[in-house]
Amino acid sequence: MCTMIAEKVKVDGSGKGLTGWFKLEHANVSFDHPFNAPMEHTLNIDFVNESQGPSARVAVELSEQSARALVQTILAVLDQADAGGHLK
Amino acid sequence: MYQTDMYEGLLAETMTMTGANGDMINAYLARPLGPGPFPAMVLAHHMPGWDEWYRETTHKFAYHRYVTISPNLYFRAGHGSPEDVAAKVRADGGIPDEQAVGDLAGAMRYIRALPYVNDKVGIFGTCSGGRHAYLAACRAPGFDAIVDCWGGRIVMAQDQLTTKSPVSPLDYTKDLSCPILGLFGNEDSNPTPEQVNQHEAELKKHGKNYEFHRYDDAGHGFFYHDRSAYRQAQAVDGWQKVFAFLEKYLI
Repeated sequence: MCTMIAEKVKVDGSGKGLTGWFKLEHANVSFDHPFNAPMEHTLNIDFVNESQGPSARVAVELSEQSARALVQTILAVLDQADAGGHLK
Repeated sequence: MYQTDMYEGLLAETMTMTGANGDMINAYLARPLGPGPFPAMVLAHHMPGWDEWYRETTHKFAYHRYVTISPNLYFRAGHGSPEDVAAKVRADGGIPDEQAVGDLAGAMRYIRALPYVNDKVGIFGTCSGGRHAYLAACRAPGFDAIVDCWGGRIVMAQDQLTTKSPVSPLDYTKDLSCPILGLFGNEDSNPTPEQVNQHEAELKKHGKNYEFHRYDDAGHGFFYHDRSAYRQAQAVDGWQKVFAFLEKYLI
């Protein structure tokens, strides 16, 4: 909460947490202090299902460069899938 | 000062207390054994939550003979690991300032009423906890000293204000009712050295009793021995300043 930079997006899919797979409802994206990564701020993504409580969470904490590379890679993979006719 | 032939004992446990709006919330209380009277401390935990570092810090203050309470400011977000709860609070845009002030004031009232407390109560916070501690010391009369460690967003621009943080804490400076110790890293980006200067200027303008220390080669969270931000020499010096300051105003 030091930066207060946080956004929520609805997502549809599954995540694997401590107790196994669960249905995802949101991805919470923030740029703030990480819990674990050795940096002052990181791009954090929490895949969550709030109806199952705070523990239904799959978390990543990424450096800015890693986050940007991940976004580009996701888009590139989706483009490939689209070109291959897999998104129909 | 501790001598090796002295008896020592601490008692620490989770308890419940009345927070903002009369809500019952949980808290962690640690106290030195003995009849007292002891001074007391309220700890405002940081953004990563009501976590192990704050348990350890509660013990540390109790070891230094302060009855110490650390309220769970994220109680209303539900329960899980401290990180999971803190992540939920982060996604929700933090907690309302008014609620944090109410919880910290409730902790002050609870601890002051204990029979082994000497009536002096200080407040300590790091990161967002430094900010919440500052808000409480300005808005909840009754604290006798505050230690603000690198509290971010004390200086807020108009476009940073939200429904949960509707007023920049800096604007409450005129109401600060106790001496303040501030510890900051010169490599911190929140607060920046310039923001620390602005904060100091405001304290000076209102004639407040303050003591600010700025550390080179230190950024945000340089006390956190479990993080890469830890800076050993600066942290040792900072803790010495914390206890010297509290001894001056609470004992």
